[in-house]
Amino acid sequence: MSRDYTKVINSINSIASKVYNDLESSEIPNLKLPTRTKSNIQFDDKLNVWKYGKNMTERSAKSLDGAYMMLRTMYMVDFIKDMIKANKSSTLREMYYISEGWDLAKFNSQPESDSLAEDLEVITSCMREDFKLRPEEDGARVIGNLTIEEMTRNKTKKKIHCQDDVGDSGYSIPYNVEPEKISFKGADADFILAIETGGMFDRLVENGFDTSNRAILVHLKGQPARSTRRFIKRLNEKEKLPVLVFTDCDPWSYRIFGSVAYGAIKTAHISEYLATPAAQYLGVTPSDIENYKLPTDKLTKEDINALKSELSDPRFQDSFWKHEIKLQLSLGKKSEQQALAKYGLDYVTDTYLPEKLAEMGIIKK
Amino acid sequence: MPEVIAHKLAEKQKEISVAEFFERNKHILGFGNPTRALLTSVKEGVDNVLDACEESGILPDIYVEIRNHEDGECKLIVEDNGPGIVKKQIPHIFGRLLYGSRFHAIQQSRGQQGIGISAVVLYGQLTTGKHAKVISKIQEDRPATVTELAIDTNKNRSEVINRDTMHWDKPSGTRFEVSIVADYKRGRRFVCEYLQSVSIVNPHAQITFKEPDGTEHLFERISDMLPRKSVEIKPHPYGVELGTLIKLAKNTKSRKLSSFLKSEFSSMGDRTTKAVCEKAQLDKDFNPKNMSREQFLALHKAFKKVKIMAPTTECLSPIGETLIKRSLKHETQEISPEFIVTASRPASVYSGNPFQIEVGIVYGGSLPKDKTVKLMRFANRVPLLYQQGDCVSTSAISSIDWRRYGLEQPSGKGIPSGPAMFLTHMSSTLIPFTSESKEAIADIPEIENEVKLAFRECARKVQSHINKKVRRVKTREKFELITKILPEIAKKSSKMLDKPVPSLDKVITKIMDVVWIEDIIEYETTSAKPAQSTLFDESSEKREEGWITKSTVMVVNYKNKPQKFNLYAVIPEDAVVGSVTPKPTKITDNYIKWNLDTIPPADKRDIYFELAGLDKEDFDENDLYVENINPSYVIGADKWEGD
Ligand SMILES: Nc1ncnc2c1ncn2[C@@H]1O[C@H](COP(=O)(O)OP(=O)(O)OP(=O)(O)O)[C@@H](O)[C@H]1O
Ligand SMILES: [Mg+2]
Repeated sequence: MSRDYTKVINSINSIASKVYNDLESSEIPNLKLPTRTKSNIQFDDKLNVWKYGKNMTERSAKSLDGAYMMLRTMYMVDFIKDMIKANKSSTLREMYYISEGWDLAKFNSQPESDSLAEDLEVITSCMREDFKLRPEEDGARVIGNLTIEEMTRNKTKKKIHCQDDVGDSGYSIPYNVEPEKISFKGADADFILAIETGGMFDRLVENGFDTSNRAILVHLKGQPARSTRRFIKRLNEKEKLPVLVFTDCDPWSYRIFGSVAYGAIKTAHISEYLATPAAQYLGVTPSDIENYKLPTDKLTKEDINALKSELSDPRFQDSFWKHEIKLQLSLGKKSEQQALAKYGLDYVTDTYLPEKLAEMGIIKK
Repeated sequence: MPEVIAHKLAEKQKEISVAEFFERNKHILGFGNPTRALLTSVKEGVDNVLDACEESGILPDIYVEIRNHEDGECKLIVEDNGPGIVKKQIPHIFGRLLYGSRFHAIQQSRGQQGIGISAVVLYGQLTTGKHAKVISKIQEDRPATVTELAIDTNKNRSEVINRDTMHWDKPSGTRFEVSIVADYKRGRRFVCEYLQSVSIVNPHAQITFKEPDGTEHLFERISDMLPRKSVEIKPHPYGVELGTLIKLAKNTKSRKLSSFLKSEFSSMGDRTTKAVCEKAQLDKDFNPKNMSREQFLALHKAFKKVKIMAPTTECLSPIGETLIKRSLKHETQEISPEFIVTASRPASVYSGNPFQIEVGIVYGGSLPKDKTVKLMRFANRVPLLYQQGDCVSTSAISSIDWRRYGLEQPSGKGIPSGPAMFLTHMSSTLIPFTSESKEAIADIPEIENEVKLAFRECARKVQSHINKKVRRVKTREKFELITKILPEIAKKSSKMLDKPVPSLDKVITKIMDVVWIEDIIEYETTSAKPAQSTLFDESSEKREEGWITKSTVMVVNYKNKPQKFNLYAVIPEDAVVGSVTPKPTKITDNYIKWNLDTIPPADKRDIYFELAGLDKEDFDENDLYVENINPSYVIGADKWEGD
């Protein structure tokens, strides 16, 4: 699996050179990168996903924080160079622990180092994988009539059927889902259902929803990992199956949908790899709260702020979302997937999902 | 039949005894309950010692002891090293209400009514039936007199029960012992607070307090300087009442109105006297003894219509900013405050009475951030512990918007909350108390205004301290950046590219982009004979040991252009300037000024000066100002606003 890393090394060196040249010409060193906030994402018509816009942020050594970031950047690119030379890779967490030995450049917390790794992707237009960095995330799970061929550790190809060859917990998505690692060898299903919570995933599995409704069930595990999103996108493109996202009814869950369908704000630089523009939101919607008379909780102050922030999020500007978010704000309530159990354990598979799927034209009733 | 009724009434009309008077007014006099009574008794005793010592130029050593008896009775002992009291006067002072030396004097003192100590004796007698005992010695080689006395409550005269002499080791002094009914358990806190407060505004006094269980507290003397002796002055026309005016005229030796006005009043010169007589339409040659009530009334009215110079302020004895600061610092050691600022107003006048306001703010340290600010109120160096809400200083403080100065204050009114303590001291020949118990100063606009002005000044100092701190923190961060982080970035990037480490000087000036001023203050003791005796004024030469304050100021130009500007170091008025380098352009009582040479980028200058005549840590912070440079370039000094 040896590949050519010259391009990666060049772009890493260009960061060091930029800083060095600034210092040599008596300038305060600075690095520019696209602003990674919701105000700076735009819809890319060609790619059909949300990408960063033209606003640039300057990381300058003029402030103490900026200087620390720059020093950390230098340490991180040096570390990546060393890994490439030694043909090693590390997890983001391992890198965080290694940074403990970086003296002044050490991080205060792992999110800081993870976020800097993302910055490096943005600056160099390389992917995390090019840097030999991989996430911690144990893969999300898949169950359905789908056959996958995986390249195993001992370099043999192995076919796995995602119902017959797996237990109740399903097939585990690996962190690398590129063609060199897995390929899809046929699916006999009508749609892909991406589910937020483990509890609901297990309920659908126990009720045999994958067979009864010809569905491929994917567990998102909260905010989905890059590999899960990439997996859904590849499956959607290869098998031409519609993707439906089934989450709780609160602002945080809408963001989960957003990152599946439109691309996440944090990773907008690679949206075209990760986002599935065809994905649709199934529920639970604020309208469902009313229509199904679901048990609810009151919105917290944070919930309300998150909803308001979504009203100004360019990704949520269509009439469906505007309507639902405003409705939820006026209800002042939120609900959960599992609130459907109010009507019994089979209600979700027997009534709710079939009704919703029929409404959306996915199945005929 | 009116006569009969009058006769009947006459049967009831008799002199009210002082005992009855006291019984009815004891709350006004501060003996309303056993807790208050304890504090009032201590206070009357201690105030008198401080007055007597001040008047006779003695550094007071005060000993206060309380012995507690089971049945709610306490024995109070106050002993001093003051001038003593002559034998003949002892019965009058301790055994007769309204007998004192200050009632008629226009001079700053704590006592002003002549009720104080005899009220304690009377209270003791009424509650315990026991006699008071006074030991007093007025001269080194004479024995002390011992007097046991009681008050004849019908006659308001004292009754000497026993008289004796004894040997006493002190050169002079007075010891007063009295038994009173008091609540020691509850009163203790107030007594301690009172003594501590007394020691704050009387840094020249040493106070020892012995509790019933034998614990001794020592409030140390921290200044050997006696307060400036206040001088007695004549009444000012603005403050005199009609009755007093008539009385003065009856007793005067002057034969003419003009000389009467000039000799019996202060601030009356030839011109003012003439103007007053004209306004009153009175002949200046009138004999004041023969004037009618109407004529006095005209005269009294005329006083108010003519502009008369303010009375002299020699009669006041303020504490002084340096001493207030030193005291506050000493007493707040445990709190380790971040800083202490003080302000002192020039003397002013309210209805003819001169007064002066001094204030101080203790800020930060372990003071609670969420409680209302503690107010310490003083009048003529006496702490005021009760009736805070009625006091003019409280209303003045409440009317300032403290939110601008880093304190919390809902709606911008009222006593603020935050990590601070406020001190207010009013000196005056006549403190306008709201009542006889002397706990709150009346709401007089002139006084309120002065208190406000003083606190505003202090608040501005607080503000500038806070600002300075914020800016310094920011710049310290930049120091960390240029000394630690930037060299590391340079090292790492050159190592990765295999190139030599570039020079960082120019980038550093670009990042800093300020003129940085930093200072250190050190103190050095001088031996008995100071090496450079010219540095000392006479008063400090008498001391056995002195301190030299050494201040070093470092100015670094971190701007990328050369800088040339003037620097001012503000110094306390009572400091004496010693050696100064580089050569200053000007030295005044308040500051030292340098026109500094041009400082090239990345270069630095050291400035040094010595101050004598101060105690260690009296000057613990440089107050620096700059001129002829954009003050926003400068960290560590503010804009010079002129003298
Ligand atoms: N310890 C003392 N040593 C010397 N003289 C004293 C002492 N205590 C009292 N005196 C004298 O006795 C006088 C009367 O004292 P007293 O406390 O009764 O009245 P005051 O202090 O003048 O006024 P106030 O009623 O306001 O206290 C004082 O004015 C002072 O001259
Ligand atoms: Mg007195």
